[in-house]
Order: sequence, then structure tokens, then C-alpha cells
Amino acid sequence: MNVTALKKIRVAVSLLFFLFTISLFLDYRNILPPSVYSKVLFLQFIPSFVKFISIAGLGAIGFIVILLLTLFSGRVYCSSICPLGTLQDVISFLSRILKKKKEKKKREFFRYEKSNNWWRYSFFALAVIPFLSGTIFFINLLDPYSSFGKISAHLFRPLLIIVNNSLAFLFEKMNLYIVYPFEYKGVETFSLLFAFVIFMLVGYLSFTKGRLYCNTVCPVGTLLGLVSKYSFVKIAVDEKSCKSCGICERVCKSNCIDTKKKTVDFDRCVACFNCFDVCPTDGMKFEYGFLSSSKKNQQNIEETRATEREEQISHSKRNFLFNTLVYAVGLTGISLSQIKITPKKKSKVAVFRKNPVTPPGSQSRNNFTQNCTSCHLCVSVCPTQVLQPTYLEYGLLGMFQPRMDFQTGFCNFECKLCGDVCPTSAISPISLETKKLKQLGKAKFVKDNCIVNTENTDCGACSEHCPTKAVNMVPYKNKLVIPEVKDEFCIGCGACEFACPTKPYKAIYVEGNPKHLTAKINKEKKLEQKVDYKEDFPF
Amino acid sequence: MDRRKFIKASLLTSGAIVFGNYSDVYPYNSSSLSSDYDLVAIKGGEPEAMFDKAIASLGGMKNFVKKNQKVVIKPNIGWDVKPELAANTNPKLVAHIIKHCFNAGAKDVYVFDHTCDNWNRCYTNSGIEKAVKDAGGKIVSGESESYYHKVDVKKGKRLTSSKVHELILESDVFINVPILKHHGGGKITAGMKNLMGVVWDRRFWHQNDLHQCIADFATFKKPDLNIVDAYLVMKRNGPRGVSKDDLLTLKSQIISTDILAADTAAAKLFGIDIADVPYINYADELKVGQKDLSKLNINRIIL
Repeated sequence: MNVTALKKIRVAVSLLFFLFTISLFLDYRNILPPSVYSKVLFLQFIPSFVKFISIAGLGAIGFIVILLLTLFSGRVYCSSICPLGTLQDVISFLSRILKKKKEKKKREFFRYEKSNNWWRYSFFALAVIPFLSGTIFFINLLDPYSSFGKISAHLFRPLLIIVNNSLAFLFEKMNLYIVYPFEYKGVETFSLLFAFVIFMLVGYLSFTKGRLYCNTVCPVGTLLGLVSKYSFVKIAVDEKSCKSCGICERVCKSNCIDTKKKTVDFDRCVACFNCFDVCPTDGMKFEYGFLSSSKKNQQNIEETRATEREEQISHSKRNFLFNTLVYAVGLTGISLSQIKITPKKKSKVAVFRKNPVTPPGSQSRNNFTQNCTSCHLCVSVCPTQVLQPTYLEYGLLGMFQPRMDFQTGFCNFECKLCGDVCPTSAISPISLETKKLKQLGKAKFVKDNCIVNTENTDCGACSEHCPTKAVNMVPYKNKLVIPEVKDEFCIGCGACEFACPTKPYKAIYVEGNPKHLTAKINKEKKLEQKVDYKEDFPF
Repeated sequence: MDRRKFIKASLLTSGAIVFGNYSDVYPYNSSSLSSDYDLVAIKGGEPEAMFDKAIASLGGMKNFVKKNQKVVIKPNIGWDVKPELAANTNPKLVAHIIKHCFNAGAKDVYVFDHTCDNWNRCYTNSGIEKAVKDAGGKIVSGESESYYHKVDVKKGKRLTSSKVHELILESDVFINVPILKHHGGGKITAGMKNLMGVVWDRRFWHQNDLHQCIADFATFKKPDLNIVDAYLVMKRNGPRGVSKDDLLTLKSQIISTDILAADTAAAKLFGIDIADVPYINYADELKVGQKDLSKLNINRIIL
């Protein structure tokens, strides 16, 4: 077997996964068919794992495939499938080009470094222990796929939209309407901030240190690292062939090859195969069998553990500080967790929503908040942009999980895309017929805020937008008509709330159902088709 | 949010520089036509056949579209609803009108609407996008504030200014193709109500006496031709409709250069008392057109 080809295969596979995954988030025109999503994201570890816990099934065994793959040949996921991993490689690659230009001499890109086990297992514990007690929040903060999702959705996607809109503007001046501007409605500040901070952190670490993020912060990396201790095939240094030239060490982005001691710390190895590619003497080899890890390697790891407390790398501190900061800021804002609707002027009755509205297919608030890893894929694909990440609407531990925000849009009656794309079971795919009767909440009419009542003029914007006519206009004084809500037909799509023109408080809003219900079909008698086409016009 | 505002602001600023000030665009009258009829009402046929007959009796499309002119057609594409539910203008009729425009020598025919539901889905599922493209027209988005430019509505009582889609401001010919429907707040929707889809901020209208605003805007720019699609008419639960049970097959069409006359005739066809549609009466007060149909020369065609 030609081992040097392995790197090329790895690069090709990783780019393929990366491009497919990122296009899911960047597809602001909804060009990709919904069926593609589950295929592309099948192997993403955390979403698949979360899905498997709530609905064990063939569609959710992606993480088992990854575990088996790791058990066979190490952390292939990290180098080939994880989009955040490939993003780091891309940044690393760019940094090498830049550094080459700058210094013009051959440079040591990477060097062997000891494992930061204390930080590694602290982050791992931070993800796992709260999860066991039912809180998915810290996994959401640390899951590489979900972080990649937020980075793509809130940083890359808007950039693409800016390019699109600039093009649209240029074409428009030439009277060409080929490219359409996209009305981007923005994103909740905290999610944007989080995406930015994670991107900067990952960017900085990969720019300077290769895959340090994956071997310190990432809980998936740590878990797969633990599994890879028992891998059947391991990468190791061939003591006879190795001349300790150190070339492999310089290309090892996990900093896990020690050429002086001729060891590979395999639980940090992300299986990128760079070392095979550069070794001039066939000094890298595969070791087979579960018992193969050399004593030397073990010793070395133990040595590392002994010294780890002395060495703490600044980024980990930074990350810790960041976590503290998020937590602290969250706490100060906890009193805001009830949602106030639009602050401007005019309408008088303050409106507060007790329950946020969760997307169709999410079944209940509990199911949603327990299973959503906040990758924001649904936020990216939602054609009306009604799905927006939350700040504290679900409470502190639900931060970043999306909700229906009827200030930015309303749920399109004919759409069920969020359920089709969700990689976990937070939003299950449902048929359009089911969706059209899925009651996410009920519209509440606040007469004292209504234009018809306060201004004595007709309006009807709410009823106009209502797809089931649960909001109907009924006679009021002076020949005016005023809305009336029939709960049983309401599906809580929020079209009425979005359309309602009163400020600052809406005269109609949707109160979320903590558990989704089923609405009744609004069936009216068919109109009698008594038309005489030969009869004269009524004018 | 900041980014969005920034983009918007920069687009608008550059837009303002490039496009200049649209507040000087005046409403204009286009009733210098060589036809004996002020209004044509036709019924009993398919939309295309009815349009052929009706437009012929107005002297043909040549009377409205000259060689190399830029035409904008504004159908109702407001809802993500299938054609058979008649919430949007009949796509076949739109396509047929486009063909007439090209036959009359039009250089470009643009079609757009500022939709209520997601615009992409409305355009696709109404069947209008495909119909327009097949007929050689150009379908344009109405979903970006950058397309809309501020104009003064000088005769408006409540609505004194509005941001209007540039195609309406720049085109040589403006053809309004509403579908006649019941409407929750507006009572019925036809010609004047359809013009709500050429402005950016509709909420303002709802806030400030919807009926007055509809009438006010009709004073701004009168379409050169109004073609009211009354083939399938939504009699209740409008303007979106709930099911096919809400529809009545009237197989009719009303065409006029006078938007108020067209709406009055449409209201009568719908079977609603004119007194119950305030915007028709407000438009009459603003002298938008002729509300008294007895003063008009009407061609009534029954196929």
C-alpha cells in the first residue's frame, strides 16, 4: 500500500465533507433539496448521538459508525469529517503560506508538545457531567459541529449575502435583475458574539498551534482520543527506519510526534497522515492489534501527565475566562427572560409572552430544549427568518437554541424545512398535512391595542395573513370589522403577530404551547356555484 | 443587526446618489386614447379568450404599449398558494398579457409584487414566475428595500409619502392586474388595493386608516391599464383563502384605464354595496376616477 497517498485521500475527503456541510449553511436561496441534509450530516458525532438517545434508529447511528471507525484506526472523524477540524486546517494552511512569505526560510510549523490533559479532561467533564444530569447547554457550547454551524450561519453566511447584495446592486444599476438582494434580518447579538469569539479562538489556535483546540477544548476530540487508545491500527514511529530528522514533527498539527523519543501520542493524533507524506525514510508505520502501544509510549504519556500542571497554555485560560464571561453576562440578564415585544410608542397594553414558541416538529418545549445542539442549521434554512437564536427566552441553559421570533417573520404555512434539516431529534420531520394542523401556540387578541378600537379605522392585517382564518374579522361599531380569534383553528404560525402594525405592543400575539397540540380543520360549507353566465352585468 | 443596518444604509445612500430624488415624479394621466369605451366587462369565457376580446374593443394593446417601451405588470402574487385557490392572479392571464405587450412592440416586460408570504415561494407556487419566464417577461423581486424609493403623494390625506418600487417609477407603461377577492380589512380587493404591493411599508397603511391610504395612493400614479381577473373569485376568508370551498367561478374580467371605475364595477360584480367599501368612496372624493358607472361608456360582452 502506498502510504503517502493517504494524505491526499484525507484532504480530498475532508474538503468534500467541508464543502457539503458549509453549503448547507450558506444556501440562503434554499436551492439544495431537503433530503441532502440528513445524508451530509449523518456522521456528525454530537447531533447523531443526541438523536440516538431520544430516538434510537438507523438514521441516528452515525456516531456509532464514528466510534467503530475510531476503534479501528483512530480519530479519522477529526481530520476528515469534522467541519470545524477542516476549517482549522484551512486556516493553518493559510498561515503557513503567510509565514513562508514573511520569513522566506524553512520554518518549524509545529513542534512536539505535551498534552494539556488537565484542561482536556476539565472541558470534557464540563460537557459530560451536566449532560448526564439533563443539561445539553455545555455540549452545545463545545460541540465542534454546532460551533461550526454558528460560525457559518452568523459569520460566513452574512458575508456571502453582502457579496450577493453588492452584485445585485451593481446589476440593478444596469437594469438587470439577475441577482436578487437578500433581506437579511440580522441575528440575535449574543449568538453573533458567540460565533465570533469561537471563530477567533479557533482561528488563533489553528493559526499558531495547529489542532490545539481539538486536543484541549473539544469534548468529541477528547472522547475519541480515549477510544483511540484501543484502536486496532495505530500510527507509530518505526524505530529502525527513523533517523530522528524531525520533519514529521514539523508537519504534525496535533503536536503529538516526539522524534527524539520516537513516539506518537496517538490519542491526540487526528489521523491526518501528514507524517507519512513527508517522511523520507519510511519511518512512520502502522501498528496493529489492541496491545501494540509500546511501553515507551505509555511511559511518555505518564511523564507528560507529571509535568502538565506546570505548563498551562494561555489559550485555555482565555477559554475559561470566556466561559466565565458568558455565564456572568447571562446571570445579569436573567431577569429579562420574559419577552417584551417591540419597544417604540403608541399602543398601551404591555404584552408579555409566558412561553416561547418552538418550531413545528419540535413536539414540545422540553423535547426541543433537551435535544437541540444549537447548530443553527434551521435558522439558516428558514425562508422567512422566523427562526432566530434565543438569548434567555428558554432560560440561561437554553441560550442560543432557536425559537420562533414573530418580529422578524412568521412561519410559512406551506413550509416544513426546519424539521427536514434538523440533524438531531429537536425538530422531527413531519408531513405538510400534519404541520398545517400543528398548534405551536395560540393567538391572543389584545383589543385595547388594536387599531380598529383605538383609531376607529379598518385594518385587518392579522386576519389577512392568517392561513386558517382562526383570526376572523367580525362586525364592530360604525361598520368597522375587528378581529376575533378561534383558538381551535389557530396553529400559532405568528402571521397575525408579524403583520399587526401596532407599536410598541402588538394587538395580537402568539402565546406558545409548552406542548404542541393539534388544531381543528376550519371546514366551511362549499359555496353554491349558482352563476348564470348569460345574465347581464350588475352595472 | 448592526451589519444589516449598515448594509441597508450604504445601499440606500448609494441608491439615493445614483437614482436621484424621486419625489419629483408626478402622477400623470394617460387617458388620451383612441377608443370609444371607458370600460370593458366581459364574461363567460376562458381568461385568455376574454382578454383578447376585451383588449381588442379598446383598440388593442397597441393603444397602450408603443414600440421599444418598458412595461411593468403588477399582478397579485401576495400568497404562497396554488393557482387553483385563486389567491393570486391567474398565471395564464399574466402570461397572455405579456404576449400582447410583446406583440405591440414592448422592449421589456417586468413583473413583480411585494409579497406577503415569502417571495420566492409565492413566485414559484403561484405559477406566475414560470408563466412570466415562458412568455419572455422578466420576473423581479419586490423583497428588498433597496428597490423602493421615496416619493411624495401630493394629493394624499393620510398617506403623503411612500417608498415605491423603482420599476413602477421607471417604466413607460404600468399595467395593473389584480384578482378580485374578499378582503378582511379592505372588504374587497381589486385594482386600488393591489397597488399596496408596489410600496415598501404597508404597515403604515394599516396604522393610518387603511381605506384612506388605499385611496390616497391611487392619486399618485394611475396605472395605464387595469385588468381585473374575476374568473375564480374568493367570496370569503380573503385575501388568503382557506380552501376551494371559498371560491365562486364567475368567469369574468373587467378592463379599464380608470382604476376607480374598474373597482366600482368589480365591487358590483362581487356583490358588495359600494357604500360598504370606504376606499372606493374616498377615492371618489379625491377624484381618482369615475365612480358613477352610468356616466361611462361601457362595453359589456357576454361570450
